[in-house]
Amino acid sequence: MLEFPYNTDCDLLGKFKIDTEYDIVTVRQVIRQYAKDMGMGIVDQTRITTAVSELFRNMYNYAGGGEVLIERGEVESHNALIVTCMDQGPGIENLELAMSDGFTSGQGMGYGLPGTKRLVDRFEIQSVLNEGTTVRIMKWK
Amino acid sequence: MNLHEKKIPIIKIHDYLIVPIQVDMHDKLAIQLQSQILEEIAKTRAKGVLIDISVLEMVDSFIGRMLSGMASMAAIMDTSVVIVGMQPAVAITLVELGLEMPGVDTALNMEKGMEMLERRLKSRKTDSF
Repeated sequence: MLEFPYNTDCDLLGKFKIDTEYDIVTVRQVIRQYAKDMGMGIVDQTRITTAVSELFRNMYNYAGGGEVLIERGEVESHNALIVTCMDQGPGIENLELAMSDGFTSGQGMGYGLPGTKRLVDRFEIQSVLNEGTTVRIMKWK
Repeated sequence: MNLHEKKIPIIKIHDYLIVPIQVDMHDKLAIQLQSQILEEIAKTRAKGVLIDISVLEMVDSFIGRMLSGMASMAAIMDTSVVIVGMQPAVAITLVELGLEMPGVDTALNMEKGMEMLERRLKSRKTDSF
């Protein structure tokens, strides 16, 4: 698994596998519930649920699945819901291109990463060719 | 709750099909619904389709593309599709996500959607004279 430059001090809420498309639905519902429990408003609940749905689908389509860590903790004095998506897929060849805005999921091209990034407060990505991709997103309460 | 066995009903009323989406759809269900609606259009010769998404708590790019794809396919079959009841939070998220849904008409609720279809049907009848 890839490591992010800094670790946050947080509680693990759950660990899930995305193996089938049913898992995409189940786990995004779990995350919505956590967002609700944290007291996020309806729009933020929808944003984080949609963001993870996009990431799960990428894992499922491009890497045959992956793992999801759901954590809650304090990040830069924000009460944060943190979701980390890890896969062992082919990796993203050109991360800069994948993150540029012309490269959206609009017409089914690309990974939809810029759009997903806009829905959350923190978006980190690491990818190594032939090893995998890890995306960590955070949403402040 | 068994995710695997859900089926979305399609209700026919006069010239219209009404499709209330009441579940969080997984991909196969969304694709299945798409072909199910098109088959039903062919079978009933419906002139309009109202898809009610008022209970959907999220629309991601996959479901968004499925809905706009369906609208284009139905248009080829001379049928109008109106998406009704999108929640404000869903609309906000779709715009932020950057997903455009070309050719998709939306209405605030079922009643407004029905009026929209009726207007359209009427103007089409006048056009053909």
